[in-house]
Amino acid sequence: MTQSTFSPSILSRPVYAVLDSHGATPALMLADAEGAAALIELAERDASVMEHAHLIFIPGGADYGARLRALGPRMYREGPSYAAILPRFRKALADAQMGLRLYLAGTEGLIGQATAEALAAGLPADAIQAEHRGSIARRMQCVHCKGVTENVSTDPFTCSHCGLTLFVRDHFSRRLGAFQGVCVDAETPGIVPPTQEIQP
Amino acid sequence: MTSLMLRVTEVAPLTPLVTRFRFEHPEGAALPLFSGGAHVVVEMPDEGTLRRNAYSLISDPLDGSGYGIAVRREDGGRGGSRYMHSHVAVGDMLRVTAPVNLFGLDLRARRHVLIAGGIGITPMLSQLRQLDRLQLPYELHYAARSRSEAAGLKLLPEAPQIHVHISEEGNRMDPGAILSGQPLGTHVYTCGPEGLIAAVEDAAGRLGWPGGALHSEAFLAPPPGKPFDVTLARSGVTITVGAHQSLLEALEAAGVKIPWSCRGGACGQCESAVLSCKGRIEHNDHWLSDDDRAAQAKIMPCVSRFQGEELILER
Amino acid sequence: MTIRFNDETFRDDYTFHNSPAAIRRFPFPFDQDSYMYSVNMEPHQGGPEGSPFEKRFDVDEHYVSEMRDREITLADDPLRCQSLPHMELAGWDLLELIMVSKAEDYPELFSLNRDGDQWHWINRPLGIEQRFTFLDPTTLPCGPMEYITRQAQGDFAVLDQREGNLWMDAGMVTSQADWSLDFDIGMNFFEWHAPVPKAHEMGVFQRALKFLMNIRQGAPSRRLNWTMTVNPRLDTSPENYHKWGPEKRTVTPENVGRKQHLRVELQTFWRLPRSNALAFPIRCYLISLQDLATVPKWGRRLHRVLRDLPDELADYKGFAVNRPVIVDYLSQFDDGAATSPGIFPDD
Repeated sequence: MTQSTFSPSILSRPVYAVLDSHGATPALMLADAEGAAALIELAERDASVMEHAHLIFIPGGADYGARLRALGPRMYREGPSYAAILPRFRKALADAQMGLRLYLAGTEGLIGQATAEALAAGLPADAIQAEHRGSIARRMQCVHCKGVTENVSTDPFTCSHCGLTLFVRDHFSRRLGAFQGVCVDAETPGIVPPTQEIQP
Repeated sequence: MTSLMLRVTEVAPLTPLVTRFRFEHPEGAALPLFSGGAHVVVEMPDEGTLRRNAYSLISDPLDGSGYGIAVRREDGGRGGSRYMHSHVAVGDMLRVTAPVNLFGLDLRARRHVLIAGGIGITPMLSQLRQLDRLQLPYELHYAARSRSEAAGLKLLPEAPQIHVHISEEGNRMDPGAILSGQPLGTHVYTCGPEGLIAAVEDAAGRLGWPGGALHSEAFLAPPPGKPFDVTLARSGVTITVGAHQSLLEALEAAGVKIPWSCRGGACGQCESAVLSCKGRIEHNDHWLSDDDRAAQAKIMPCVSRFQGEELILER
Repeated sequence: MTIRFNDETFRDDYTFHNSPAAIRRFPFPFDQDSYMYSVNMEPHQGGPEGSPFEKRFDVDEHYVSEMRDREITLADDPLRCQSLPHMELAGWDLLELIMVSKAEDYPELFSLNRDGDQWHWINRPLGIEQRFTFLDPTTLPCGPMEYITRQAQGDFAVLDQREGNLWMDAGMVTSQADWSLDFDIGMNFFEWHAPVPKAHEMGVFQRALKFLMNIRQGAPSRRLNWTMTVNPRLDTSPENYHKWGPEKRTVTPENVGRKQHLRVELQTFWRLPRSNALAFPIRCYLISLQDLATVPKWGRRLHRVLRDLPDELADYKGFAVNRPVIVDYLSQFDDGAATSPGIFPDD
């Protein structure tokens, strides 16, 4: 699956690009599902990027494990979910020094959360790169109850915490790693526009 | 541009080339407080030429009883520093702008690394005070050629995180060594000659640092050059910019009001639109983008010059 | 100068009202008969006597009730006031700015006595007396920004200046026109303005940012912004949209004059000394259409502005659904006569 293309939107909507190698400097890499392909292609462009890389992969059903291991990263780990690999990710950030580069590849949910975590640990924003691959489902924060609903692919959708019907905005918070969802029928309770698939 | 007439209350040579000056309010009123890294612009009436030079504040940002600056005499310069050294005495009154900060600390940083070369130590003196007061971790590296030239030695406290590198004593500063092993969240501030700033950027690049963690201030004086003419579209008047006069100074002398702040090519305030350019603009600033420079539709009058047949500004 | 403070509500029974004096001094935002975005800044150095531009932080008859409304909003949702850790110094700068300004501009209402860093603050209208040590947060009941903005009308955004941009890293936001501090905190100038239509293509934000980055101590600026609100409600937050949203659909030709309000923001911009941050107060003024129309020039002008406004703007400002009823109501005040330039009433 090739790199996703998102249609032009508002300025707060994150924009992704193809990963660019910074050579053999210390690197932390995080990918989920189809994001693995982006890391494989990165290594094909510059194999040295794996020399000092700590690679963490969340398969989500996609079978890339063997190929990623074969790239020869200094450390390799698989985990079943972002929540499961989070302690390891945090430790890697806590032990890191300036000069570390973070390569993220996969869904927006992974990219958003990992970016927020890294920034909070003091990693400069321009040390982080992200390439989008795979599902375009979004993490949505309900502006009313503050709960985050994962893997949202329709607009409107139901908040998994408070049950309100929310419409999907492109307004994105880097700090939360999520888009904003706002009650769609506040002015016309019960009257909700037809559900559509979120388009890239 | 808010400014005050202040009285010079101290003139203290630190080294043969560097003198410290202190300014206080003539009626003892408190001066505006500031943040570490800020500067003021001092106006010097030098026999028919009004000079305006920016100087970093070396005094405590939270002390409004007076401002301190340290001026290095540049014999090859345009005359501002020479004026300060030879014409300014205790009791004199000079016009000084309110502080402006283009080189502030990033208070989110987990650690601050300050790197100073020569007179570049000046903005770090006020930054140090702010870091001490806020109890933030830092280290400072001060490079000078010789101990006798190192004016900063008289102004720096003794502390384990302050490192002095005297190249004459064989103790050259090594930016690569300073930058390696720094924890995440470290910010680096460099002030001094262009060569030092470039060396730090190089070392950082080789270690994989991204640009966002690097901050620098270059003390840019308007470079001299061949005189040139410039036409002002609004009045139709054409004026000549002298060899040792900046375009900004020439415009001001002709009575044109131009917003300015740093007078050193960094802040963007004096940006002027170019309506016609038959020739080449010499861009000496740090403000315009590469595209803007190539298009030659904008110029920074404080430091940039022109060579060619015609330059018309929208002023 | 004595101010009689109203006892009124900005929710539920909505007893908010403007006295005739409040109507006359209202900051009407339109200086001509049509509206488009502009940076429209001017120096904030006084204004006509009695106008909301005269004092640094305007205090009016709604002061006490507005602060009570803020307390209710905060009790329900503390996330309306947040300050990222590095912004504490800016919070102290803001506290000093507001206390010094209010004590000097309204000496009969506020007093500030400073003995070195030992400060003594008295706020008579709110019945507050506080002794504290400046820069020592343990001597105040809460952080400095929260402490002082609980005593100052309007919202406050405190912007960190770095990386060639402004970052919304702290704020007290309880009377906003539909944006969320909790969501936007940490965003830069372009990001938090991302939802505003058209302005980005026009380069308005690029010019505005450059101007704001160069604001200096002692030289604040101001501008006016506007929108429309049904009922004199201060808390029109996205967080509570599902509570106030339904009120929008209760406007009828019979009640539009009373229920529909023009909401004007007097925005000021201040360079803060110790932190080099930029303080951005957003002071909210409300007036019903029927009260506004008692000033003939304003009745004519508002009709023309709203009639001719591009649809996108009416959508973004959230009153598109009621626009026909509003424009129809205002047409009775527009006889087609010429209006004088500028925002102030004639005579």
